[in-house]
This record gives sequence, C-alpha cells and structure tokens, in this order.
Amino acid sequence: MNKNSSGYTLFFSSVMVVLVAVLLALAAISLGPYQAQNVKTEKMQNILASIGIKSNAKKAEKLFNQYIKQQVVLNKKGEPVTNNINAFDIDLKKELDKAKTGEADKQLFPLFVFNKDGNLYYIIPVRGKGLWGPIWGYVALEGDMNTVHGASFGHKGETPGLGAEIETEEFQKQFVGKKIFDESGNFVSIKVVKGGAAPEDTHGVDAISGGTITSNGVTEMLKRTLGSYISYFKTMNKKGGNVATGN
Amino acid sequence: MNTETTIAPVKVKEPREPLFSIKNRKLIKDPLNDSNPITVQVLGICSALAVTVQMKPSIVMALSVMVVCAFSNLIISALRNTIPNRIRIIVQLVVVAALVILVDQVLKAFVYDVSKQLSVFVGLIITNCIVMGRLEAFAMANKPWPSFLDGIGNGLGYGLILVIVSAVRELFGSGKLMGFQVVPGSFYKMGYFNNGIAILPPMALIIVGIIIWIQRSRNTKLIEPE
Repeated sequence: MNKNSSGYTLFFSSVMVVLVAVLLALAAISLGPYQAQNVKTEKMQNILASIGIKSNAKKAEKLFNQYIKQQVVLNKKGEPVTNNINAFDIDLKKELDKAKTGEADKQLFPLFVFNKDGNLYYIIPVRGKGLWGPIWGYVALEGDMNTVHGASFGHKGETPGLGAEIETEEFQKQFVGKKIFDESGNFVSIKVVKGGAAPEDTHGVDAISGGTITSNGVTEMLKRTLGSYISYFKTMNKKGGNVATGN
Repeated sequence: MNTETTIAPVKVKEPREPLFSIKNRKLIKDPLNDSNPITVQVLGICSALAVTVQMKPSIVMALSVMVVCAFSNLIISALRNTIPNRIRIIVQLVVVAALVILVDQVLKAFVYDVSKQLSVFVGLIITNCIVMGRLEAFAMANKPWPSFLDGIGNGLGYGLILVIVSAVRELFGSGKLMGFQVVPGSFYKMGYFNNGIAILPPMALIIVGIIIWIQRSRNTKLIEPE
C-alpha cells in the first residue's frame, strides 16, 4: 500500500479522528458526574468560607445543609420568585450574560440565608472581571443587611502574587465590618482603594499593590452585583421583617 | 542515539533484548542529567516558570507530562510504520491532544483543587516542546518499549527540575513545603519576610539558571570545547 497516497492519508486521518472522538466522548461522559460533584462541593465550601466556616471537600455538603436556612431567588426588580428554582443551582454567569443579550429583565439572582449560632447571615454571590479572566466571590451580610460579616473571592487566572492575592485571607478579612449603605441609607457599595483606604472609611478597603486592574474589578463587581439586591434589602428593612420568615 | 531506520524490515532473528537492558536503562537515566529536557535541551521552560510556585501542583504537572510523554511515545511508536509521512505532525498532535484532554478530565474528576491551580497549563502540555520533540526525535524511529521508556525518562527529567525549582520557590516564597509551614512563626516575629520575588516567574528562571550552572560545572560531558 502506498502510504503517501492521498487516499491513504484521508483514510488514516478519518479513522484516527473518529477513534479519538469516541474515546474522549466516553471519558467526558463517564467522568462528568465526579466533576459536577467537585464543582458543587467547591461552591459550598466558598459559600461557607464567607461566613467563616472552614470546611473540606468531605464535610462541605454536611455543613452546608446544617447551616443553610433558606435559599431565595430574586428577579430583576428584587422580588422573590417562587417557581421551584433552587438558588444553589443558578449559574450567576448565565444570569449576568442575559444582560448582554437583552434579556436583562429575565435575570435571576440567588441569595442564601444562613443561620449560624442563632444569627442570620445573607450571602450574596458576586461575579465580575479581573485582569485575565473572571473573578467571583461570596459576600456575607449580617442580619442588618448592611454590615459585611465576611467575604471570599476566587479567580480564574489572576497573576500570582498580584491580582491573585484577592484569594488570600489578608485581603478578604479587610471586608469584615464594612458597610454597603451610608448613614442616610443610600447604597454606596465597598470600594477597593488604591494607595490604601482611610482607617475610618467604612466603605473602602486597601487595594493590592501591583494588582490595580484586579482591584478595580473587585470594586466594579461588588457595586454591580450587590446593586441588584438593594431594592430587596430596602423592602425587607422597611417591612421590618426578615427574609427568613418569608414575609 | 539509536537510529534504527524504518525502511526494509530485515528479517533477522535477533536475540530478545531484556526489558531493562543497559541501553534501555540509559533511556531513563540520560534525561535526568546528560540530556535533561529543561536544563540541557532548554525545552518546556514556559510551564516550568508557570506552575512551580508550589510543590504540589509541580508534582502533579510533572506526572501529567510524564504520562502524556510516555503514552504518546508508545502510541506513535506503535503506529510509526502506518502514519503517512505528510501528516505525521498532525497525527502526533492529535494523539498528544487526546491524551492531554484525558489527563485534564481525570485531574478535574479526582484532584479538583490541584487541577484548578494548574488551570490552563495542563491543556498547554499539548504545546510542550518536550512531548513533540521526543515524538519526532525518538518515537518515530524506535520500537514501542524503548519509546515508552524514553517518554518516562524525559518526563522524569522534566519533573526533577520542576520539583527542585518549586521546592526553592515555595520555601522562600511562602515559607512552606508541600503546603506545610516549614519556616517557624518565630522567624517572622524576628523580622523574617517571605521573599516576594520567589512567587513570581522570574525566580524560576533564576533557579533554572543556577541549576544549569551547577550542572555544567560538574558534568564534564556538557562542557563545550573552547
């Protein structure tokens, strides 16, 4: 057989491509459930981390179910939606992408209510852009829906030692005790301030030197994502009720 | 290097070579020092800079490269007489890419945290010059078993450097080894600081440079004639 003929080349490449495709498809299907479980566990760990509960892959699910009180889904206007969607299953990326495709009014926002040691915490997932790729995180608010109890951030590929520092405890613990509303009740979010925030500034934390674009990304992310929850928090506070009782 | 030609398979009964003959053992040992892919052939530098901040990802990366290198060598060597010469590079790439995707999927399923740290670099094994280099230089012209060993050897040679670099970087950059605190807290109280540059890629280049320096000054085979 002439190995250099076009016919043979075509035959060889076709067989190869089909074989490889079948092999990879099989691998993807058989490993899929494990991967999905890993992603789920990681999300639970991150949510737990924002209220200061350290967990590992084995314990995450148990702890999550132990502390969670309620999962709330909000629509664009900040009203709770009750159509059997589990807040945990909402992919924030897809929801935020809806804004780009002109379906902004269909956006859904998940909110997790946790009960830890008798106190209620409202955990809001946030997502935005860093320098190299997406950044995300969870911000836990205390029962007053204003004071930050804790925050945890993650990133896809920020520069190690610079932007990637948002993942460290040192950066995240700065958020503790900051407030998202000013004294007159207006939403001001929390800014990551280049050159360092003043100690008495309740709406600012220190930026990472050398990681300005990632820091700005965090500011933008908090402002935009937290903003979607503001009307809900305001109604809740006005009613004097809290989310957990559902009224 | 053994340059067995692929043309005209002469039917001569050769005595069967033992699995770990001197020649075959050399295939594993050589890349560790004399023909180290990183320090001597200067291949695969990019990933050596990127994944060596900590030891754990480096070890997983080294294992991944070793697996990909060994099995792509094995497969290509087994197919070497059927691969059309005109598309051999593409065939090699497809085999490497398929293996890399498999490795990536397995890592994602079973060591998720490490897979996250390695992020794109597992995918980039496809473009690692070591893998393609060994396929072209060795697997296309040798039998499957020696090719397999050659892949293991080069993977080990690559891994050795990665582990050394990452140990230095993790120790000085974050005071840890394999994620465990090694530098005691009292050092920090006395004013010791983690070296910031150690966690940045340039430090990897500096360490690789030092390794090359030490290796060249001790290994007489690598000293070039004036």
